[in-house]
Amino acid sequence: MAKAKLVRKSTWVDMTAFVDVSFLILTFFILATKFKPVEPVEVTTPSSVSADKVPEVDAFLVTIDKNGRVFVQMDDPNARQSIANNLNETRQLGLSAANIKAFTNAPSLGVPFAGMKELLSMDPEQAKNVKQPGIPVPDSTGGELYYWIRDAKSTYAGKKISWLIKADNETKFPVVKNVLDAFTRNDINKFQLVTSFEDAPPGTPLYNTRQELIRKGSGG
Amino acid sequence: MASMDTADSGGGKKGPGVKKAKKLSTRVDMTPMVDLGFLLITFFIFSTTMSQPTAMQLIMPKDTEKVEEQTKIKASGALIILLGKDNGVYYYEGDDPTQLQTSTYKKIREVIINKKKSTKPEDFVVVIKPNSEANYQNVVALLDEMAINEVKKYALVSISPVENEILTTTEKANGIE
Repeated sequence: MAKAKLVRKSTWVDMTAFVDVSFLILTFFILATKFKPVEPVEVTTPSSVSADKVPEVDAFLVTIDKNGRVFVQMDDPNARQSIANNLNETRQLGLSAANIKAFTNAPSLGVPFAGMKELLSMDPEQAKNVKQPGIPVPDSTGGELYYWIRDAKSTYAGKKISWLIKADNETKFPVVKNVLDAFTRNDINKFQLVTSFEDAPPGTPLYNTRQELIRKGSGG
Repeated sequence: MASMDTADSGGGKKGPGVKKAKKLSTRVDMTPMVDLGFLLITFFIFSTTMSQPTAMQLIMPKDTEKVEEQTKIKASGALIILLGKDNGVYYYEGDDPTQLQTSTYKKIREVIINKKKSTKPEDFVVVIKPNSEANYQNVVALLDEMAINEVKKYALVSISPVENEILTTTEKANGIE
């Protein structure tokens, strides 16, 4: 009887297709996504049906985390520098030139004026690990945030600037109200709340209006 | 590696001394390339974001103490929505807070639409009053509801002490401590 021959099969797997797929996905991720912006705290924004994009230039962003800590972010380094100079003069912070440089390089700040010099004197790497207490906004007078906004307003004078407020789902309303009051006391009444997009529920008036617009757009 | 050798094995003999040119395999081991590809994918997944944040417009009225500068609304066309603890939504129509009714975020849309239908468009106004226990998500959800139902006139106003008291009593009656 003939013995069944055991054929040893090659263990080599053709990886080329695998490479193709992986690089395809990689390309997709590179093109379709954006780098996460530096955030002082993790904030989960609520969703809204608003479809407007958040402006990225000339924006003054106030971030409120779920414990009510308030942070300020500005995109433009020049604006940061001039605000640092302004605040230093008006609030007598006693910042040195090096401190102001550190301020200019910091993307976001959330410390009371009293602790600012200490934070800015730190090594940047070290300062990253400091848990910032947030800008005090104790009541409807706006606290120290009022001065921040006042100086930001004078810095950006003549420019069209967007005032953004980004708060966490769980932030208690009084804190948000105090921040809003800090703005309104500076005669700023138009804000943009940062939210994540969500489609309008079907059957609602807004949904119908949007469908109408789409129909008009494709029809003519 | 168990690659298939493409070098011929049964070719014609060239005679002694004639060396066969050894054909090298053209197969390249792709495994490190796959590794690298997936490493980069992982990096991009973690360090980037897909969702673009959107901005919702909010316009607050100017702070004023003068009574004549304040916006007046007709009580008949007003729907006042109070926001309380534990995602609670309560509403009343007109100017009588004792008529407070409990609702939910799902049901409030119907309330708004019904009120919108039953009042004259120029009189219809929604007033949102969150109390100190309401969170930001509730407020945004309600503002969003204004956009969804295309309510033209609405305002975000501080709660009055009387309303707050009625709200807390209602919450207690509903078992929310």
